[in-house]
Amino acid sequence: MNPFKRSPFVIISTVLVYIFLYAPIVVLVLYSFNSSRVNITFEGFIPTFSERVVMDGSTVVSSPCGPFHWFCDLSKNREVMSAAKNTLTIAFIATIVSTIIGTMAAIALQRYDFRLKSFSQLSLYVPIVIPEIVMGIGILTLISQVFGWVNTTFALSGDARLSMGLFTVTISHIAFMVPFVTLVVQARLQGFDKSFEEAAMDLGANEWTTFRRVTFPMILPGVLSGALLAFTLSLDDFVITFFTNGPGSTTLPIYVYGLLRRIITPQVNALSTVWILIVFTVVLLLQIVQSREQSKS
Amino acid sequence: MLKRLRENKSAQGTLLALPTTFWMFILLIIPLILTAIVSFGKRSPDGNVIYTFSLDNYIRLIGISSDCPAGQTTCFNPLYVQILWRSLTLAFNSTVLVIMLAYPLAYFIARSHPNRRTTFLFMVLIPLWTNFVIRVYAWMMLLRKEGAINAVLGWVAHLLHINFVPLEMLYTPGAVLVGMVYEFLPFMILPIYTSLEKIDNSLYEAAADLGANPFRTFLRVTLPLSMPGVVAGTILVFIPVMGTFIVSDLLGGKQVILIGNLIQRQFLDARDPAFGSASSLILMVMTLIVTYFYTRKFGFGEEIVAA
Amino acid sequence: MTSEFAVELRDVVKRFVTPEGNEIAAVDHVTMQIKNGEFFSMLGSSGCGKTTSLRMIAGFEWTTEGEVYIEGNPMGHTPPFQRKVNTVFQSYALFQHMTVFQNIAFGLEMEGAKEDEIKQRVGRALEMVQLTGMERRKPKQLSGGQQQRVAVARALVKTPDVLLLDEPLGALDLKLRKEMQLELKALQQQLGITFIYVTHDQEEALTMSDRIAVMSNGRVQQIGTPVEIYERPSNKFVADFIGESNFLDGQIKSLSKDEAQVFIPALNTELRGIPISQGLVKGEDVVVSIRPEKIRITEKNAKNDNFFKAKVTNTVYIGADTHVYTESQGVKIKVLEQNHISRLDTSSFYTVGQEVGLVLMPENTLVLKKV
Repeated sequence: MNPFKRSPFVIISTVLVYIFLYAPIVVLVLYSFNSSRVNITFEGFIPTFSERVVMDGSTVVSSPCGPFHWFCDLSKNREVMSAAKNTLTIAFIATIVSTIIGTMAAIALQRYDFRLKSFSQLSLYVPIVIPEIVMGIGILTLISQVFGWVNTTFALSGDARLSMGLFTVTISHIAFMVPFVTLVVQARLQGFDKSFEEAAMDLGANEWTTFRRVTFPMILPGVLSGALLAFTLSLDDFVITFFTNGPGSTTLPIYVYGLLRRIITPQVNALSTVWILIVFTVVLLLQIVQSREQSKS
Repeated sequence: MLKRLRENKSAQGTLLALPTTFWMFILLIIPLILTAIVSFGKRSPDGNVIYTFSLDNYIRLIGISSDCPAGQTTCFNPLYVQILWRSLTLAFNSTVLVIMLAYPLAYFIARSHPNRRTTFLFMVLIPLWTNFVIRVYAWMMLLRKEGAINAVLGWVAHLLHINFVPLEMLYTPGAVLVGMVYEFLPFMILPIYTSLEKIDNSLYEAAADLGANPFRTFLRVTLPLSMPGVVAGTILVFIPVMGTFIVSDLLGGKQVILIGNLIQRQFLDARDPAFGSASSLILMVMTLIVTYFYTRKFGFGEEIVAA
Repeated sequence: MTSEFAVELRDVVKRFVTPEGNEIAAVDHVTMQIKNGEFFSMLGSSGCGKTTSLRMIAGFEWTTEGEVYIEGNPMGHTPPFQRKVNTVFQSYALFQHMTVFQNIAFGLEMEGAKEDEIKQRVGRALEMVQLTGMERRKPKQLSGGQQQRVAVARALVKTPDVLLLDEPLGALDLKLRKEMQLELKALQQQLGITFIYVTHDQEEALTMSDRIAVMSNGRVQQIGTPVEIYERPSNKFVADFIGESNFLDGQIKSLSKDEAQVFIPALNTELRGIPISQGLVKGEDVVVSIRPEKIRITEKNAKNDNFFKAKVTNTVYIGADTHVYTESQGVKIKVLEQNHISRLDTSSFYTVGQEVGLVLMPENTLVLKKV
């Protein structure tokens, strides 16, 4: 029996599901080159290059950037640029913190017995089994209560008043990312033979050296995939950010959402295209790296 | 000091887990407790919370209203019960549809040549990593009256000389369903794939050897062994569908109000955090009950980590 | 060397708490003394406490009661990296992310050795295990036997007082295992280092060891040379565990220093044997043990005492020997006959149902305690 034999039903369904997955993305990208400003129907690519933008009603007749008119337009959009900066800042900081503390927790949960162990483990499962919005409004309530209390008690005013911002978004991101990092690293540690560490200690390495030279290099792939997962979760997050952001801490998903509720512009398509391109490149690079690793061993 | 720590394994564990446990306690456990406390409070005129113990918010949620036509003191207002029911049925339907779409694909990938599996999997990851909001927007572009689907249908109708009236697809319950399925499909594919991939090829051969045809092999061997993946995927799909409000907001408009939209509006538009907290608590309890009974029946697969 | 013994376990107990909350003693009042330069094996089936004992010597586990001494020094809670013993792990535990060189050099680096010295000593260690030229390979690129050698080299390069080996050959196939057994033994003799070797394979233990500790249920059953534990097992467990034995239940009728007369109710006969177990008394219920290869089959009626009749129930030819299964009044007795004459004519073998006489020489008949 050929193990790779699949029935026609499976093959047809697979093709259809892949079309379902990719059709919206293709349309999205296509429209980012649309000459219509209102972006309702596809009127064709923006044709010619010229010194300045020429409009005919809502149609772009020519642009210095040619078909990439909306991308040029986007790059001039200060709000988008600051949202992009916020998104990356939050993702970087939250990923670093959650990876470090999540890895520590994973080691503790996998290797040690301690009093709060079951509480720790349970609290890590909670974010997976409750909808994000529940956590989001919970954090919103807590922060607004605490900030409100501090502001009135210390009679803070003006800029001194505590308000939602990059800080609140980042700490909340860490809270929902840590469980994923911990679970990924824990899964990695499960298959980890303790005798590697015993061997290191047996050969004269103390606990810290053992961790630095043996344990960490061996769980590094797990830590990295945990970090990568955390990073993408942070980039992708809408709900938690929605309830914890404030003036000046708008992220890209929040910005796009705000825009979509008012107008639809090809700028959003251009933004999406850039995003997809980045994701595609990263995923491709990862696959190349991974297949290299596999062929090596 | 160091020597004592070296010998005290329990202290080492506590110390390592401390930052995470502390973080989760402050930003998860306390917020949940606070939500519960607020849900028994009342709305103050300025949109804040008056802390008391009142069941008013819950009574309002189950449909007993004090805002009645003249002459009545209490009456039944099914609005919120309808919203809860709509959210539950939508989550159920989405999950079933997602399983139906995800399973063949996951099966296809798991039974492809090992060299090609990663490529197929990465093809699933690309849409997943494309931003959540952007994915909803993509469907707005497809489903609009002037959108891509209608454009294609119109073109086909034109070729066939049929009179074509563009379909109103956006802002319908169907649009929300499609959006949900699209958003969460990859979360089902990955765990099912993980559990299918684990099945040793010799099991298929054994089943064939014992006289099972491919269909019976699938029913008796493949399907039961892939159940952990389906269970994990269901948890990863059902729960977020229950709580999401962007999909219904952007694709459903004012037509499809889900419990997520209800909660969001209480906090941002209606300024009634107490009622919002009560709704949020009900949402949490509902998902926990469903998850509890579901996992008790099928077990809690480790496949959840795979996604 | 400060002490007569390289390693000493004094009344060591190790208790674990099972996941169900019960306490079990994996090692139960174990005392053993391992001499300098000795090849010492701990032999027993899985769960007998041999690996736990080894891990307590290495320092991976601490004793619940009692004390481990290395070179006469009590170890207490000394961590593994401060003990002058090194371990070869069952799984080898080679660091996958390091090369062979880096693996072997690791222990020297920890000692703070200079680069030149490390290079030189790793080179010599590789030579010793015949792996020169493999420095830059990763463990995954080596065969099982090569990995095993790297593990040995990595431990030996530290020039430990004692080398601990935890079933180091368990993962190898039979032929390679036999080769490695001889190599390890030769290495030990050449270096003069104390080896403590844990195994469940009795043949391995008998081949390599100067002395063997037979363990079961966390206790030491017997410590002795290979010859002692085979020829003079101190109780029924050891006689059964090492090699094969026929057991007959009986009662001591008379007892002197080097002879016991035992009545066997099942055969309604008396047998003469050597009292082996300590503290046997007259009238005690005992077990008589005799090895299959030490029973002689005669077709004639011998006038010998220690003789009884039996019926052949089955014979199995296995090349070097023939196993003859017999039965006498419900008691099954196995006899092993060496095929010292080459013959093809199977009719000369015993046939099923044939009546034969079994002779048990008193010096081969061991009288043992029941437990």
